[in-house]
Amino acid sequence: MTTTPLRTDDMAPAPAPARDPKGDHLRLAGSAAGEIEAEGVYAWFGSRLVLENVTLTMERSKVTALIGPSGCGKSTFLRILNRMHEVVPGAQLAGTVGLNGVDIYGSGQRAMDTRRHIGMVFQKPNPFPAMTIQENVLAGLKFSRSQAKHRDDLVEEMLTKAGLWNEVKDRLGSLGGALSGGQQQRLCIARSLAVRPSVLLMDEPCSALDPTSTLRIEKTIQDIAGEVTVVIVTHNMQQAQRVSDFCAFFLAEENKPGRVVEAGPTELMFGNPADPRTADYVNGQFG
Amino acid sequence: MSIDTPVRTPGAASSADAETTVMPPAPRRLPSAIRPGDFSSTDVALLAFSALSSFFLVWVAFYQITSLSGVLGFLVSWFVLFIAMTWISTAQVIERQVATDRVVATLVVSAAVLVVGLVLFIVLWVAYKAVPSIHWTSLFTKDQKNFQPASPNALSTVGISEAIVGTMEQVAVAALIGVPIAITTAVFLNEVKGRGVKLVRTVVTAMSGTPSVVAGVFIYSIFIIDHIMNYSGFAASLALVVILLPSVTRVVEEVLRVVPSGLREASLALGAPEWRTTWSVVLPTARSGVVTAVLLGVARIVGETAPLIFTAFGSQVMNWNVFHGAQGALPIVIYSDVRQANQSFLDLAFQAGFVLMSLVLVLFVLARLFSRVRDKDAKKRGDLPIEDDALARMFLPVPMEKSENLS
Ligand SMILES: Nc1ncnc2c1ncn2[C@@H]1O[C@H](COP(=O)(O)OP(=O)(O)O)[C@@H](O)[C@H]1O
Ligand SMILES: [Mg+2]
Repeated sequence: MTTTPLRTDDMAPAPAPARDPKGDHLRLAGSAAGEIEAEGVYAWFGSRLVLENVTLTMERSKVTALIGPSGCGKSTFLRILNRMHEVVPGAQLAGTVGLNGVDIYGSGQRAMDTRRHIGMVFQKPNPFPAMTIQENVLAGLKFSRSQAKHRDDLVEEMLTKAGLWNEVKDRLGSLGGALSGGQQQRLCIARSLAVRPSVLLMDEPCSALDPTSTLRIEKTIQDIAGEVTVVIVTHNMQQAQRVSDFCAFFLAEENKPGRVVEAGPTELMFGNPADPRTADYVNGQFG
Repeated sequence: MSIDTPVRTPGAASSADAETTVMPPAPRRLPSAIRPGDFSSTDVALLAFSALSSFFLVWVAFYQITSLSGVLGFLVSWFVLFIAMTWISTAQVIERQVATDRVVATLVVSAAVLVVGLVLFIVLWVAYKAVPSIHWTSLFTKDQKNFQPASPNALSTVGISEAIVGTMEQVAVAALIGVPIAITTAVFLNEVKGRGVKLVRTVVTAMSGTPSVVAGVFIYSIFIIDHIMNYSGFAASLALVVILLPSVTRVVEEVLRVVPSGLREASLALGAPEWRTTWSVVLPTARSGVVTAVLLGVARIVGETAPLIFTAFGSQVMNWNVFHGAQGALPIVIYSDVRQANQSFLDLAFQAGFVLMSLVLVLFVLARLFSRVRDKDAKKRGDLPIEDDALARMFLPVPMEKSENLS
């Protein structure tokens, strides 16, 4: 192997397991939250520039919320953070994204590896309908052909973290599609956590859910935030205040690409924003 | 038209929990029905009147005034006049908008009835012509080697086992070769984004227009004329592959297209490579649709005749070896026997047709069962099934019982 695998366990407090030459251990190493630094990020769909010069640091073990009106490029930015942007035909980008100081777009970095380290939960719950609950949780491991030793323990641990264990422990063999929407979304969170990512990206994870499920997922976010860095897109200002430590306000002025207007600690962003547009948005004046 | 208003029984109002329970009213019957299924007594009367009067009018015109004859002409004239009468009478009794509506509804229902009736008629007719003369054991165990059509009990000593074996082997080999290629091509068309996709799709579409006789001649001319291969079941399989490929490819492609793209993204976001995503997520999700597409494709080639004539050639004698020598096939039995001026041959041809239809029916039922296995598993555990694909429901004779799944 000539490529350097992403090193995400630099800060791991636990003793590092013996490295094997393929770097496979990274997937199963005790999770260590990572820090993401995006610098000068631009994004295009075809020839249309939709994101302009975004520089943002998402701190280790913290929850960062991306807020802003629809269409200002939050999802695009989020998908750039784990190389899902390039899945869209015609999508292009510029700038660098560092995970613990390693440029994920550097030469020799493979998108697949990046995505194992930076997981993603989507707006619409999307458990694999042909797989059971247990198979869903283990799907990521199966895909990367990792042999988890204690599969049952792993399934229990992940479902517990996602706050779903008690509801499904008696029917792990049922199909994932048989759950309610909120349960499905928590199953998706468990599925993402099972590959032990250092960052979890969430794109409006609660917007398709009822208020009770929303609160349940917010609690899950707070529970996992210590071990994994969370970046969450949300349209719900209360939610941003409840779950996030830091906030970034995206805005696309008419016919212009989206940019970050202001970013900082959540209390400051909501309590004493520097930019009048931020104040307008968080107080519900527009967007 | 008067509307029946529900009468509330006084007993209900005076019951103990009268204050809390409000009896729901009976649903109102809307004055002009729009759906074809909603007929009031007036509608029925109008339809009956139109049907009867047009019948007698045509009868008079056909047999009293002119001396036309012919059942088909009679039926067509009756139907046309029936539609006209329906419109006129409804327009008179109710109004013109309703009349047009009623006529369109009648046409739509008639088309459905015609199709169902035609299918039933074909099936029952073949069964009627075949079953009385069947000798069940010899049919399935003997071949046509010792056929003495002149003898009175000819069918008790012959059968079409050689054709049944031939058809099954030829179709099985064709499916073994064709289905993997078709599914792979469909995956290429749907999951790969590239320049070749459009070209391949065009070629596949054009290929599905290949007349089946041309497929047979094609195999005949490249293999058999040049003695690369002799007449054999395998040559027939190759010709059948040419027909199977485009149809299965296009249907599987459609099935894969309806797999939500969110599932592919979820898989990629877990770090799965593209091939993994296709193999472990897309295909399993589309499984029941793919199985249905395959079985329908197979059902289609079971009855193909033209490609077999120059390839399998047909044989009166049992030949188990699909790779060597002329082999019988059910369509060939029908094709050659039905033209003989002998009742035993005719009977045998209809029996072959009956077996062929039963084979297709078995395939359809299999498709239905196969695509529901996973649902059954879910049902056993008390879960709701994942939604069935519309395609299977469209093509298959066994209806979906939703109530069964909800138990
Ligand atoms: N797949 C796509 N193809 C073309 N344009 C897109 C695509 N996805 C998003 N866009 C455009 O990019 C801009 C940013 O979109 P998005 O990142 O989804 O915004 P947000 O998530 O903040 O609502 C929008 O103007 C949108 O129309
Ligand atoms: Mg979005």
